[in-house]
Amino acid sequence: MEIDPFIFRLSIFILSIFVGYYVVWSVTPSLHTPLMSVTNAISSVIIVGAIIAALANNESNFFSLSSSFGYLAITLAAVNIFGGFLVTQRMLAMYKKKKKEKK
Amino acid sequence: MSANLSAIFYLISGVLFILALRGLSSPETSRQGNFFGIIGMIIAITVTFLSVGNFSIGFLYVFVFLLIGGAIGSFIAFKIPMTAMPELVAGFHSLVGLAAVFVAISAFINPEAFNLGVPGNIKLASLIEMSIGGAVGAITFSGSIIAFLKLQGIMSGAPITFKGQHLLNAIILISIVVLTYLLCASQSSSLFWILIGVSFLIGFLLIIPIGGADMPVVISMLNSYSGWAAAGIGFTLENTALIITGALVGSSGAILSYIMCKGMNRSFFNVILGGFGATEQASSNQNKEKRPVKSGNADDAAFLMKNASSVIIVPGYGMAVAQAQHALREMVDTLKKNDIKVSYAIHPVAGRMPGHMNVLLAEANVPYDEVFELEEINNDFANADVAFVIGANDVTNPVAKTDPQSPIYGMPVLDVEKCKSVLFVKRSLSPGYAGIDNDLFYKENTLMLFADAKKMTEDITKNL
Repeated sequence: MEIDPFIFRLSIFILSIFVGYYVVWSVTPSLHTPLMSVTNAISSVIIVGAIIAALANNESNFFSLSSSFGYLAITLAAVNIFGGFLVTQRMLAMYKKKKKEKK
Repeated sequence: MSANLSAIFYLISGVLFILALRGLSSPETSRQGNFFGIIGMIIAITVTFLSVGNFSIGFLYVFVFLLIGGAIGSFIAFKIPMTAMPELVAGFHSLVGLAAVFVAISAFINPEAFNLGVPGNIKLASLIEMSIGGAVGAITFSGSIIAFLKLQGIMSGAPITFKGQHLLNAIILISIVVLTYLLCASQSSSLFWILIGVSFLIGFLLIIPIGGADMPVVISMLNSYSGWAAAGIGFTLENTALIITGALVGSSGAILSYIMCKGMNRSFFNVILGGFGATEQASSNQNKEKRPVKSGNADDAAFLMKNASSVIIVPGYGMAVAQAQHALREMVDTLKKNDIKVSYAIHPVAGRMPGHMNVLLAEANVPYDEVFELEEINNDFANADVAFVIGANDVTNPVAKTDPQSPIYGMPVLDVEKCKSVLFVKRSLSPGYAGIDNDLFYKENTLMLFADAKKMTEDITKNL
């Protein structure tokens, strides 16, 4: 009997929860704010769905209803991706500078 | 690009996201971690473009919208003051939630694009997945909007409660499940829209009863939700990168919520069901009798600190409100010049989000090896000469250790009272968020400094 591909995805999902669990416990509490902003940025990988939605149109109608929702989602996710990674970078740079100056 | 090849690339970007979080285990590796995250994102987006392979005008539009969003995001990221981090994160969560809703909607309208069947006959599993993704996304969106408004001060931070609230929420949550079931049975698009609408509503209702100082839990929880929404969409799109990321973010947010709840010694449900103030009012009224406090000025404080050999600083949300972190660091610099040992003690729930104080101190150029967590530093208070409490309150209240009747009994607190003397910067004697009096105010060795945190800190520096 063949296994439904859904089961494979479910396996990935469950195992990733465990990976996430252990990885996040090892995050130092002083970096919890950057953790939130970076998780924000990476969860915006949802943009891949938005891109597929936006590009799934025929040549005559680039702004069909479903494509338009795709474009909107792209814009929102892009705000998050750029904003999330850059603000994380900005915060982490502050932590780094200190160490250099003082040690 | 073949489906298998792109699946492998999505897996790679998922792994890079894991490394991005892993990097945050120490400040030294964190920047590299963030870099991995960026690479992972670039891979995911590029692979999506290549696998769609439709380089029509539509591609150009996608690019334009990507750049518009990117420009807005970059602008915000560079402009935002560090004190506004909690609002920013809440705002970003709402965008992830809304993006998830939009993707779910467009998958519902045009399932062919995602190989999910045709409108009116979408694969059952996909329909369930997109309902979950859409509903959780909608809850994340509206919940985060409320959190944002409360943090921004546009909406009062006080809990908004009304009779039958829990019952109403329970009914709505059940109706979401029922709607999902009916939607799967009928494939009706109007049911889909109702489901999304009801989910927006429950997001609002779930967050309005939660008070301002519980925001660390709320933000973490919404962080978690945004992850689960992404995972739901990931299952719909059969996309590994999204599934992995969703699971990572979901568990990350859940862990942070747990840490925050533990920091307040409250159960998760206690926070979610809201109304901290409501039940605790009684106990705050008992302590109404006037007790004498010693109050002083900047001069007295400067004198005490000058004669100390070690000082521990306890910052709290008040420091963020007064934007006092820079003034504080200048004061500490002066103290250090006088050979006084200074360290910072941070309670897990100080501020409005996990790690809030750490970021502000980092912004003010405080080296992170001088900043300690509660467990690391709590024993040092007994040996320190002066504790300088700036903008914190409930997290220093010794009542949490002594009075089993107190609503905060059992909450881990900083043992500030063990210091030889305590300087407490505060605007008035008003109780903190938990609505209870702080015994620390009336201790023999406490000197109250009634002033704005920033102004007081600057005055002390002048007097040192």
